[in-house]
Amino acid sequence: MSGHITPKNLYYFVFLALLVGTGLTVVVAKFDLGPLNNVVMLSIACAKALLVILFFMHVRWSSRLTWVVAGSGFFWLLILFGLTMGDYMSRGWIAGSLR
Amino acid sequence: MANGRSGGEHYPGPMHIPSLHGDPGFAGHSGEPPGMYPPHHPKLQHHFDDMADQAEASTLGMWVFLVTEIMFFGGLFMAYLVYRSAYPTGFQEASNHLNVYWGAANTVVLICSSLTMALGVRAAQTSAPPRTQVGWIVATMVLGAAFLGVKVIEYADKFTHHLVPGPYFQWTGKYPDAAEIFYSLYFCMTGLHAVHMIIGLGIMTVIAVMAWKRQFDASYYTPVEVSGLYWHFVDIVWIFLFPLLYLIGFHYH
Repeated sequence: MSGHITPKNLYYFVFLALLVGTGLTVVVAKFDLGPLNNVVMLSIACAKALLVILFFMHVRWSSRLTWVVAGSGFFWLLILFGLTMGDYMSRGWIAGSLR
Repeated sequence: MANGRSGGEHYPGPMHIPSLHGDPGFAGHSGEPPGMYPPHHPKLQHHFDDMADQAEASTLGMWVFLVTEIMFFGGLFMAYLVYRSAYPTGFQEASNHLNVYWGAANTVVLICSSLTMALGVRAAQTSAPPRTQVGWIVATMVLGAAFLGVKVIEYADKFTHHLVPGPYFQWTGKYPDAAEIFYSLYFCMTGLHAVHMIIGLGIMTVIAVMAWKRQFDASYYTPVEVSGLYWHFVDIVWIFLFPLLYLIGFHYH
C-alpha cells in the first residue's frame, strides 16, 4: 500500500506544538483582552486543529479529493454559523419588524 | 480513483471495464487468460483495482462520516454561539465554576492519546511486531480512559454543587438563567464528546485484538488508519470545547 510514512520526529514536533498551544491558551485567558480573548483562543484552537488534521490525520499527504471532503465539512459549518448568526444579529434592524 | 497510479499491482477481472482508468485492458497483462484472477492480497476486495485504491476509498468514506460528525457537533457549537452572544457576562460567570486545571489536564491527556494513536498507525504502517502495535493502541485506550475518569470526577463535583440543570439547580451569582443554559450546554457538549470517547474505546478494543492477531502490516492497515482518524477527530472537538467552556471567564479569577 502506498501510504505516506510520517517521520517520528515530525509527530513529536506536532505533539510539542499542541502542548505549547494548550499552555498558551491558558496563559492568555488569564489576561483580560476584551473581545480579543475570543479571537486569540479560537485562533490557537484552529491552529491546533489544523496541526492534528494535516499531520496526525495525514491529510497533508492525502489525495485532493480528501482535501475537498475535509474542507467541505468546515465550509458547511461556516454556512451554519454565518446564516444563523446573520439572522440573530440582524433582528430588530428594521424598525417595527416582528420580533 | 487510481489517479496517476498505473502499473504495479493491477488485477483485471473478467468483468473489468478497460476504459475506466485509461489502462490498456486485458492486453499486456502478463498473459493471464480472461476469467482467471491472478493471486492478490487476501484483504483485497474484488471491486477495487488494488490495495491503494481500496485504502483510498475507505479513508475517503471515513472522512465523509467525519464531515457528518462535524455537523453533529456543529449544531451544539451553534447553540453555544447563539446563547453566549445573548448572555456574554452570564456565560463568563458560569464558566468560572468549571475547574480550569482539570480541563487543561484532560486536554494534555487527549493530545498525548493522539500522539500514541498516530504512533500506533505508524507501527502498523511500518510492519512493527504485534506487541508494538497493540502497545500503542492500549496506551491510547489508557489515556482515553484517564480522560473519562477525570470527566467522572468533574461531573460528580457538578452534582454535589447543584450545577446540574433541572429542579435542583442552584446559582447564587447574578445570572442564574444564563448559568443554567451554560451548564445545559456544558453537559450536552461534553456528554456527546464523552459518548464519542466511549465508542472510541470500543473501536480501539477491536483494533487491538485485530493487531494482536497479526492482521496489520505495511500492505494492509486501513482499519487502524481509519480508527485513528476517528480518534483524532474526537481530540479536535475537545481542542475547541476546552477554551470555549473552561476559559471564557478565567481572567476574573
